[in-house]
Amino acid sequence: MSVIPARGSVGHAIPDGRALRGAVLVLVAAGLVLPILAGLAQTARAAFGVLPSIGARDWSLDPWRALLDLPGFATSLRLTLVTGVGATVLALALAMGFCAFAHGRMSQSLGARMLTPLLAAPHAALAIGLAFLLAPSGWIARMISPWATGWAVPPDLATVHDGWGMALILGLLVKEVPFLLLVILSALGQLPVRAHLAAARALGYGRGVAWVKVILPQVYPLIRLPVFIVMAFALSVVDMAIILGPSNPPVLSVAVVRWFAAPDVGMVLPASAGAVVQGAVIVAAILLWIVGERAVRMLGRIWLSRGGRGLRSEPGLKLVSAVAVAVMTLGMLALAALAVWSVAWRWSWPEALPESWSWRVWIAPGTGWGRAAGATLTAGLASTGVSLMLAVAWLEGEDRARMGRAGWAQALIYLPLLVPQIGFLYGLNVLFLRLGISGGMAAVIWAQVLFVFPYVMIALSEPWRALDPRAIRTAAALGASPWRRLWAVKLPILLRPLCTAAAIGFAVSVAQYLPTLFMGGGRVATLTTEAVTLSSGSDRRVIGVYAVLQAALPLVGYGAAVLLPALVWRHRRGLSGAVR
Amino acid sequence: MSLCLRAVTVGPAGGQPLFAPLTMEIAPGAVATVMGPSGVGKSTLLDAIGGHLAHGFAVAGQVTLSGRDVLAFPAEDRRIGVLFQDAMLFPHLSVGDNLAFGLSRGVKGHARRVAVEEALGQAGLSGYAARDPATLSGGQRARAALMRSLLAAPLALLLDEPFSRLDADLRAEIRSFVFDHVLARNIPALMVTHDESDAEATGGAVVRL
Amino acid sequence: MRGVIFAALGLSLGAGPALADWPQTLAAAKGQTVYFNAWGGDARTNAYIAWVGDQTEARYGVRVVQVKLTDTADAVTRVISEKAAGKDAGGSVDMIWINGANFLSMKDKGLLHGPFVSAMPNASYVDLSAGAPASVDFTVPVEGYESPWRLAKFVFTYDSARVPEPPRSMAAFLDWARAHPGRMTHPAVSNFMGATFLKQALIEFAPDRAALRQPVTEAAFDAATVPLWTWYDALRPNLWREGKTYPENQSVQQQMLNDGEVDFGVSFDPASAAGAITEGLLPDTARAYVPDGGSIGNVSFVAIPYNAAHAAGAEVVANFMLDPEAQAHQQDIDVLGSFSVLDPAKLDADQKALFADLPTSPALPTLEDLGPTLAEPHASWMTKLTETWARRYTR
Repeated sequence: MSVIPARGSVGHAIPDGRALRGAVLVLVAAGLVLPILAGLAQTARAAFGVLPSIGARDWSLDPWRALLDLPGFATSLRLTLVTGVGATVLALALAMGFCAFAHGRMSQSLGARMLTPLLAAPHAALAIGLAFLLAPSGWIARMISPWATGWAVPPDLATVHDGWGMALILGLLVKEVPFLLLVILSALGQLPVRAHLAAARALGYGRGVAWVKVILPQVYPLIRLPVFIVMAFALSVVDMAIILGPSNPPVLSVAVVRWFAAPDVGMVLPASAGAVVQGAVIVAAILLWIVGERAVRMLGRIWLSRGGRGLRSEPGLKLVSAVAVAVMTLGMLALAALAVWSVAWRWSWPEALPESWSWRVWIAPGTGWGRAAGATLTAGLASTGVSLMLAVAWLEGEDRARMGRAGWAQALIYLPLLVPQIGFLYGLNVLFLRLGISGGMAAVIWAQVLFVFPYVMIALSEPWRALDPRAIRTAAALGASPWRRLWAVKLPILLRPLCTAAAIGFAVSVAQYLPTLFMGGGRVATLTTEAVTLSSGSDRRVIGVYAVLQAALPLVGYGAAVLLPALVWRHRRGLSGAVR
Repeated sequence: MSLCLRAVTVGPAGGQPLFAPLTMEIAPGAVATVMGPSGVGKSTLLDAIGGHLAHGFAVAGQVTLSGRDVLAFPAEDRRIGVLFQDAMLFPHLSVGDNLAFGLSRGVKGHARRVAVEEALGQAGLSGYAARDPATLSGGQRARAALMRSLLAAPLALLLDEPFSRLDADLRAEIRSFVFDHVLARNIPALMVTHDESDAEATGGAVVRL
Repeated sequence: MRGVIFAALGLSLGAGPALADWPQTLAAAKGQTVYFNAWGGDARTNAYIAWVGDQTEARYGVRVVQVKLTDTADAVTRVISEKAAGKDAGGSVDMIWINGANFLSMKDKGLLHGPFVSAMPNASYVDLSAGAPASVDFTVPVEGYESPWRLAKFVFTYDSARVPEPPRSMAAFLDWARAHPGRMTHPAVSNFMGATFLKQALIEFAPDRAALRQPVTEAAFDAATVPLWTWYDALRPNLWREGKTYPENQSVQQQMLNDGEVDFGVSFDPASAAGAITEGLLPDTARAYVPDGGSIGNVSFVAIPYNAAHAAGAEVVANFMLDPEAQAHQQDIDVLGSFSVLDPAKLDADQKALFADLPTSPALPTLEDLGPTLAEPHASWMTKLTETWARRYTR
């Protein structure tokens, strides 16, 4: 065999990942991080009295005084902390407890599939459904009245919009427990769970106790970031808090949104200060959480080393699991309530089901859901597509540079999820206006990518890294260039996680409320903005249609994410999912 | 056509090398063996030769193949094939497409199919072109993986414990299948293994790290 | 005053006066798409706006896209942020359904296009004389910066099957609430309708109603609100959820009325009960009524921001909304049921017939049932009232 001259040049020896990595980094920094920082800066300036557009030019602390002086500010702050931190602690406890109880007792893939509707349904849709379910005149009350309760008219009970924010906490739980369960499930995939459990049980620990004492301490570090994201979200949620939370005063995020929208434009200044407080609340809560982690770790170590075997019957775990199941059942019922309303005509107290049915809203063009669904699809597909390409470029850049992710890069990606939206959206809007791109679909897509990209990265990073490097080395040894390795080996093998990441990204896009509202200038009406707008109206049937669509679109996305790889790889046992 | 290592060491960039400088020359058709305990850097040595070193690792010394210094080239341009203990057939491609993956683009159309069929025939896999690789047995996979490597017309072959997953009977069979092909192609091969019988079977040089 | 504002705006509004010529306006408007920013919580209003768009597109080639707001102030904020960004032309808000405080705020800051009303042909059907309902908005002179489109009158709605004899005055509501604790409420006071509920009581209890027409002062406010707060302090513990929380707006309250959670709804639209029955949103026994002393009435307006990209199109739409045909369509209870703002004296026989032929409903009060119209207090009263309420009752 003769010597064949080299096809490449010496220059190729330097990993070309640098260029790709640099390009992606610049894109992410300029496209995602800088706008957020600029938006934050605008807001912060306004918080200290500088917003030239409304004639405020002098630095001062007046906005802060005005903020502290606003009625209900202290209560709003307290409510935010109670609901945000409370929901996070409870969601984590329920998810962990349920996992400890159910792990090994039920099929993981079946469990994950059952979670899908709750994961896919946007917060607003679930909240609307829950509000109807729980209201004193709601579905639950209707099912048991008047025969069981004796209520001829609905009781005057604060089951929704309650002053403590319990309904809001419940709403957050319905959404966050499934999310954390999913995160825990995927983290478990990285641990030798079976072997460790077997070892612990051989030492006389019951199944649940072994889980809590052996597996939980290993899982927690892997899900810490998602927990922070859940907390940041719970502390700053707007749509769900409008629909389920207390209203007089509301939680801080809603109060800030209202102040931004007050007829008196001077309110923008204290509103900006409120937005800064919102950010500070998240930072403080995370710091508090870290302190809490330390304490738990210390106490936990003592508890672990004492060697208690716990009760065989696991009463605590059973209780926690029962609550978790109840929470998720409520979520499913809430979705069912929406579906029923969407085809109801008259449904009055105390009927358990509508007295008359009608498809009118579905077929009435006046409801305009077609346009909103179109806008939702456009924004969702575009922002998911852009995010997916960015994520693939980022991960491929890491591969080519043959290095893992630095901490700062990780922080950069997740920044949009940890910074409260209200903290930078107003400022960002002013920035977009200057660039002349506000009030249109492009601005909405851009703003959505800020939030879709991190979730796509979360969903894609693990499977990408779990890809056997020897497969890629084999391809290289067979002469495949980096691009061919990406197109012909990595992407096809990763089709399933790519589809999952796309479905998650699409669901995140569909759920976006504030970014769509602010950046679209109200002109881009998606199912979510319409559903939240309509939720302040009187027609549950129309709301039902929007909310059902809003929940259905992401669900279709998840379905496609399961079906597409199964269909494409139906003749490939290694990829069709049948083996795993 | 021989593979020459001159004072080759591998280790963390700027750190201690994993083993003493290694010098060896592997003649065409010969299989040399590197043995040593786990973690000594055997596989890292193969990564360095093949061009697959992870970030933060560096290689010192010189590796030439037919007189060409391969360290200056990216993996895909070194023309050095690799076989792992798992056959690493791409799960999304059929057996035939797996084999065709390494085939030069210059081979087109009918010639391509013929080349693949011929290689399958040599591996005792005639008629398996459309099969899902996941349905092959361990021995079939190993043979298919070797044929895939050879279709890329490598100038050398790296064997990273390629037989360790196979049971004793199959092991001997696949081993001689691989070594026969190395000899037939007249290319140098470097094998890393834990197993003395593998080393003995090569009949070539054995280096212990 | 008018001249001063106009001069101040003149600099930034070079194109304004040129639109005064109507055929020119029509020509400029053709092919434009008007982004009509209007509260989107009422499906019937949304449907009516969609109808308006269909009509203007067919007649003048002007498309209308409704930007459905949760709060009118969103659109105001948007114009302000555009001004902040230096976007003095080509703005994204073409037309706003606006009233009271938001109008005053935009007018004061020079954020409105105009005056444009008198240049519109259909303005001739409206009584625009000084002090007429269509020329003042919350006692603030409109001065041609916003165009009227429908009459609003404060009414209570209730289910006559549950409440045979509703209270006939704000004072009587207190007795009723004491007898039926937890069965009535009002929209949150941060909401326009909630504030109107308070204003209705303010006017009923105010020792000196004339003072309410003047811009508010501390002394006048304290004097006027003593009886109001006494009444409200007694009422609040008997409200739904002891007055600790309130429905977000009148639509939510109407839903609560339908669900049986409370026994009264409020509306600015006398036809709302009749309309809601048709829509299946209230039981057939729902009725609307006005307290004996009469109730607050005002006119709904549309205004055009100073930087609107499609000001000409917006003028054409505003003009069409005053067309007798549009006004009669709007007054049809199967459509919207909102009373017309046109002056019957200015209509010819055919035009009058359009209104006479409209269908009726038992839930629709007659004009006589609606009683006298109480004038809105000066806009500054509402701001002060809601602020003070928030201070007193938000903990």
